[in-house]
Amino acid sequence: MATTETPPTAATDLDAELAGLDALETGPSRSRLRVRTAWAATWPKLVAIALALLIWQVVVWSGWRPEYVLPGPAKVFSKLTSDFGALVEGSLTTLQRAVVGFALALVIGVVLGALVSRSKVLRAGLGSMITGLQTMPSIAWFPLAIVLFKLSEGAIYFVVVIGAAPSIANGLIGGVDHIPPVLLRAGRVLGARGFASLRHVILPAALPAFVNGLKQGWAFAWRSLLAGELLVLIAGNRTLGGLLDANRQVFDTAGLISVMIVILVIGIVVDSVLFGTLDKVIRRRYGLIDTAR
Amino acid sequence: MTTTAPEVVRPDPAADPSAAWSSPSIRLSHVSKVFGHGPQAVHALDRVSLTVGTGEFVCLLGASGCGKSTLLNLIAGLDAPSLGTLEVTSRPTLMFQEAALFPWLTVRGNVDLALKLRKVHKRERTAKVDELLDLVHLRDFARKRPHELSGGMRQRVALARALSQDTDILLMDEPFGALDAMTRDILHDELELLWSTTAKTVVFVTHNVREAVRLGDRVVLLSSRPGRVAAEWEIGIPRPRRMDSAVVAEQAATITDRLRAEVRRHGDH
Ligand SMILES: Nc1ncnc2c1ncn2[C@@H]1O[C@H](COP(=O)(O)OP(=O)(O)OP(=O)(O)O)[C@@H](O)[C@H]1O
Ligand SMILES: [Mg+2]
Repeated sequence: MATTETPPTAATDLDAELAGLDALETGPSRSRLRVRTAWAATWPKLVAIALALLIWQVVVWSGWRPEYVLPGPAKVFSKLTSDFGALVEGSLTTLQRAVVGFALALVIGVVLGALVSRSKVLRAGLGSMITGLQTMPSIAWFPLAIVLFKLSEGAIYFVVVIGAAPSIANGLIGGVDHIPPVLLRAGRVLGARGFASLRHVILPAALPAFVNGLKQGWAFAWRSLLAGELLVLIAGNRTLGGLLDANRQVFDTAGLISVMIVILVIGIVVDSVLFGTLDKVIRRRYGLIDTAR
Repeated sequence: MTTTAPEVVRPDPAADPSAAWSSPSIRLSHVSKVFGHGPQAVHALDRVSLTVGTGEFVCLLGASGCGKSTLLNLIAGLDAPSLGTLEVTSRPTLMFQEAALFPWLTVRGNVDLALKLRKVHKRERTAKVDELLDLVHLRDFARKRPHELSGGMRQRVALARALSQDTDILLMDEPFGALDAMTRDILHDELELLWSTTAKTVVFVTHNVREAVRLGDRVVLLSSRPGRVAAEWEIGIPRPRRMDSAVVAEQAATITDRLRAEVRRHGDH
């Protein structure tokens, strides 16, 4: 230290020492491990898909059902490519309905959840009813929906919203209920009142549980939507539900399975890629992921 | 609780310390706090009377569970006394025993939000946050999130956030409990400097008797179950003080003896 041109003051010396101490306290960046973690998460999925295809093929080979009733993977995949245009068109219509229905459910769910979590009276009145609604199979709503809205998209949206909104509302209510009291107190000490408290403390603190509610709400919306498209067929609309029904009517099992695969893939992609990633990103941010795992 | 307008006349404490404290900033008379009901009830505080002068630095000592945090919560207005009256001249800032940082915000975000809630303009906030983070030596960690910090670093962020409040009364609940000796000594100096330049009223809870003597104008000892004021000491040692100086050690020894007796008395019972 004697060779430095300007002798450091006691304060900067201490600063440097402290910075040294602090640097000891945090670990190295983990960005390089990302690729390896991604691969570790991917290969078991690939193996599982390969296994499923293999079992399917073995069942077909066993001759349990004739080939024209239960076609093998190869036949279904060729159908997937030959029907590609129709499948894309159907997917787009169905996805558009999903987005609209989910957006409606989101608005209603958030308003409902916010009201119930802030008001004792509403909670006593509606709290258990919202949870009860979730246990109601969505298909049971359709007769009523068709009576109310005729065979229209309105009937489908009605059931989608009534299926998804309670999950979204419950996610928000649960999130607000489980905010650590000390964070609310910290907010109060810092002078967060009313809307500022909602915006800066309550909503961010409830976010992880809310995203879980969104994920669950999406699953309900997607299921209700497909059920709706099978029941409420609107002429001239090419939808995934409509394609399922059309293939069933002409006994085209390969076509049927190819539509089912599309439905499954869309469901998985939205659930795990969209909501799953969102959930993971938020949990990592909030420090809710155990770094040892 | 009666809270009057935050307009407080603060005499210069450096001129004449005793005169400065003639106007109390916090006044508790016969304050009791009971948690729960019936046989399960916990009498956390029993008829505590305590007056803290404007600009005074009071350190609170007492065995674990004697009601120190409860007392600060009452003064901060987060909880209401079961009995008795409590007056503060302005809304205090409380630095919690646990850091209580917002996990979704970075270190910078946590301090910045505290300023934003005070309606400090965005342009001034950046510089102010930098200044506060420099004060607690965490400028390099501004972009980290609370869960990426050590316990002591989190406490320092909480300190920066508390100091951002610019209120006249600062309540601190074991703020330096998780710090190494060197960092703690530096922060003692910073806190003392800040206190002497801004004439804040400070109530500081600690388990470290020497720390109490190092910082306090007065040390108050609470007894346990129920919590009562058991003893008080005016600390006349001239500032600046050092934790390892002989006078501080001597005064601390006297207080420690009394604290031991208090803890033992509680153990017998
Ligand atoms: N919300 C609560 N409900 C019930 N009992 C409580 C509550 N908060 C505190 N207590 C009780 O009140 C007593 C005082 O608690 P307090 O947290 O004030 O102690 P403390 O002096 O701060 O202790 P420490 O030094 O360990 O932080 C304890 O016996 C505790 O169990
Ligand atoms: Mg405590």
